Amino acid sequence: MAKELKHADKASQAMFKRAKEENVDIVWDRFEDMQPQCGFGSLGICCRICSMGPCRIDPFGEGPQVGVCGANADTIAARNLVRMIAGGAAAHSDHGRDIAHTLLMAATNPNSDYGIKDEDKLKDVAAIYGIETKDRDIKEIAKEVAHAALMEFGQPEGYLKMAATAPEARVKRWQELGIMPRAVDREIVEIMHRTHIGVDCEYKNVVRHGMRASLGDGWGGSMVATEISDILFGTPNPIRSNSNLGVLDKDNVNIVVHGHEPTLSDIIAVLSQDEKLIAKAKEKGAKGITLAGICCTANEILMRHGIPLAGSFLQQELSLMTGAVELMVVDVQCIMPGLGTVAKCFHTKLITTSPKAKIPGVEHIEFNEDEAVKIATKILETAIDNFANRKKKAVYIPKDTEKLVAGFTTESVFRFLGGKYRGTYRPLNDAIIAGRLRGAAGVIGCSNPNVDYEEGHIKMVKELIKNDVAVVTTGCNAVTCAKHGLLRPEAVFEYGGKGIQEVCRAVGIPPVLHLGSCVDNSRILRVLTEIVKEGGLGDDISDLPAAGAAPEWMSEKAVSIGFYFVASGVYTMIGHPLPVTGSKNLTKYITEELEDEVGGMWAFELDPIEAAHKMIRHIDKKRKALKLKPPMYEQAFPYEE
Amino acid sequence: MKKKIFINVKKCLGCKSCELACAVVHSSKGELQSAIYAGEKPGHRIKIEVYKNHAVPVHCNHCEEAACMLVCPTGAIHRENDQGPVLIDETRCIGCKMCVQACPFGMIDVSADGKSVLKCDMCIARLEEGKEPACVAACITGALYFGNEEEVNKKKRKKVAEQLVKSQEQQNDSE
Repeated sequence: MAKELKHADKASQAMFKRAKEENVDIVWDRFEDMQPQCGFGSLGICCRICSMGPCRIDPFGEGPQVGVCGANADTIAARNLVRMIAGGAAAHSDHGRDIAHTLLMAATNPNSDYGIKDEDKLKDVAAIYGIETKDRDIKEIAKEVAHAALMEFGQPEGYLKMAATAPEARVKRWQELGIMPRAVDREIVEIMHRTHIGVDCEYKNVVRHGMRASLGDGWGGSMVATEISDILFGTPNPIRSNSNLGVLDKDNVNIVVHGHEPTLSDIIAVLSQDEKLIAKAKEKGAKGITLAGICCTANEILMRHGIPLAGSFLQQELSLMTGAVELMVVDVQCIMPGLGTVAKCFHTKLITTSPKAKIPGVEHIEFNEDEAVKIATKILETAIDNFANRKKKAVYIPKDTEKLVAGFTTESVFRFLGGKYRGTYRPLNDAIIAGRLRGAAGVIGCSNPNVDYEEGHIKMVKELIKNDVAVVTTGCNAVTCAKHGLLRPEAVFEYGGKGIQEVCRAVGIPPVLHLGSCVDNSRILRVLTEIVKEGGLGDDISDLPAAGAAPEWMSEKAVSIGFYFVASGVYTMIGHPLPVTGSKNLTKYITEELEDEVGGMWAFELDPIEAAHKMIRHIDKKRKALKLKPPMYEQAFPYEE
Repeated sequence: MKKKIFINVKKCLGCKSCELACAVVHSSKGELQSAIYAGEKPGHRIKIEVYKNHAVPVHCNHCEEAACMLVCPTGAIHRENDQGPVLIDETRCIGCKMCVQACPFGMIDVSADGKSVLKCDMCIARLEEGKEPACVAACITGALYFGNEEEVNKKKRKKVAEQLVKSQEQQNDSE
C-alpha cells in the first residue's frame, strides 16, 4: 500500500489518509497490488496480435529474438505503439464527431436544446471549409459546417481541411513525407490494417503512418471537437474560479461531473443555477446546489461557466471519499471502474450516461442530445433526492481550495495581447525575440500512480517559468497547476523569472495559461500556427523556441497527442518512457532520427527538473538557429552561448 | 529453518516474468530500463521449460551434496555456511564448465562472455533485506513460492488430513 502522497495538494493527502483509515482500496492500493508489472509489456515487446502467439522477445538477447511469424522487437514494439495512437485518436475523434452531430442537430431541429453561441467562430470555421457566409441564415451555415466537419472523418478523397490550416512549410513537409492525413477514421482503420499479422513490418514505415493518424487527431478530430464546442457552447474568455476538493459544500447538494464531453455537462452547468431546482434542493434540507468537475469535462465547464474544479484524474475516487457527493455523473474516457466500489461505501450515486460507457452494477441514465434538458433535469433531481440519504457522520470535506484564472484560447490570447479590435500576437513574438521570454512550453497530460502524484507536473512547470519560459496547459496538468496556485496571476511574482514577470504584468495574465480540456490541445497547435504567422520566428512550428511535455502521462490519448505534437515539429518530453525501449532501433528513431524527418522528437526523462532543463536546452538550440539574442535577464538555468 | 523455492506447476502460465526479473536483479543497476539501455546481458538463472501443455519453472535446488560444488576444482562454487545457498565466486572461476556437466538439473549455464557460469544465488542480497528471491516476487500467480520446508510439508499434510476427514464423514453419512 502506498504510504503517503508526498507532493500532492493537502486535500488529496487528507482524503488518501482517510481511504486508508476506512480500508477503502483506491487507485494507489491497486497499483501496489499490481507490482511487479510485466517487463515485456513495459518494454513493448509482447505481441498478442495473432493466435500463433502470444509471443515475447527476450530483451536480454538470449531467448527468442523474433515471434512465431518472424516479427522482431522493432516490428512488435512499433505495431503496439501505433495501436496506442489508434486508441487515443479514436477517443478524441469520436468525441469530435459527436459534437459535430450536436451542431447538425442544433442547426436542423427547431426544438433542440442547443443553439449557436459563437457566430464569429462559426464563420471562421465556415471559411476553412469554403462555405459562403455572407447574408446567409446562421442555421444554414451551421448545417453546412456540421456536414463539412463530419466529412473530415470519412471523406473518400482529398486531405483534412483543418490540417491544411497548419503553416505552409509544415503542410509541405507532411506532403513530402506522405503523412498528410486524409480522413480521421481512415487513418485509424489503416493502423489496424497495417498492424494485422503479416502487413507492415518496417518499423519506420509503421510509425510514419502512426504519425499521420495522430495528425488526423490533433488537426482533425480534436480540432473539430474544440472549434465546434466553441460554436455551440461559446468560445471561452478569461474567467476566475476555484479548485480542489474544498469546493464541495457540506450544506449543499454536491454533484460532480466527470469525463470528457461538454454536451451533457454544459446543460447540467446551466441547470445547476435553475431556481426551481435550487428551491427543490432547499425543500430537501440543503442550502443550494454545488457543481464541481473532475478531468476534462470539468475543464470544459470551467472554461465556459467558471464551474470549479474538484480535481484531476487521480482524484476521482478521492472526491467520493468526502462522503459529501450526492451524485457523480460520468460520460466517457478516464472513468475508473473502481469508482463503483468506492461509491458503494457512501450514499453517493454513480450514474453512467453514455451508451458507449457503462459500468457493471452502476445505474445508467442514457443521455441523448434530443432530450438534453429533460435528462439533465432527471439527473439533478436524482442528486437532490439523494441528499436525504447522506450520513452526516461520514462527511469529511477538506478545507483546501485554490483560486485560478482559466478560459484562455487562441483567440483570447490574441485579444489580450493586442486589444479586442486589433488582436495580434506581435507582443508575444516580440517578447520572445527580445529575450524577455526565453520560449514557450505546453505542459499537459494525465496523472499516473507510477510516479509521485503531482511532483513531476509542479516541479517541471515551476522550473520552466523560473527560466522565463511561458507555459500553456490543458487537461489534468491544468488541474494540478490550479490546485498548486500556478494559475493565479500573482504566481508569476512567486515563481517566475524576471522576464516573464514583466510580460505577465504588462498583459495581465498568469504565467501558466489554462487552454482547456485534452481535445483543446488543438488550441496549442493553433497558437503555434499564429505565432509562426505573426513572423520573426521562422516559417514553421519546428523553428519556434518551444517544447511540450506530459510528465505523468498515462493514456493512449496522451500517446496520440504526443505524436501529433512531434509530427508538428515539437520536442516532446515525457516521464516514464513509451513502451518501446525493448527495441533499440525504434527508441532511437523516435527520440533522435525523427527530428530530421519532422523537426520534432520524443524525449524520456523521469527527473522533472532534468526534464525541464532538456526542454530549455532545446528552446535555446532553436533561439540560436533563429539567431536570436540570449535571454534578456540572467537565467537560473544558464543559457550557453 | 532454511527456506526453499517451491513450484506449483498448475499455476504457471509461462509468462517468463521470473526469467526477466532474474536477469534484471543480476544486472549492474538492478533496474529493467537501464539494463536494456546499457545493452547488458546478465542472463537468467531460472528457466521455463515445456512438457506437454505445461510450462514448468526449473531452478537450482541448492543441493545438500551439491555436485557442482564437489566438482569445482578452484573452490569458486562454495557455501558461506551450512544453511546458505550454493554460490559462485566469479573471480575464482576458470571457466572449465565441470559444474555445467555435473549439475543433474541442467541449471548451470555458461555466461554470455564464456568466462564464467551463471548460477542461482537465491538472491542472497535480497534475502538479507528480508525480501523474497526476485523470481518469486515476480511470479504473479504464485506458481513460485518461497517457503520453509517444514511449513510447506505441514500445509500438505493438513490438506491430506482434511481430505481424509471429509471422505470419512461422507462415508459415515451414507451409512
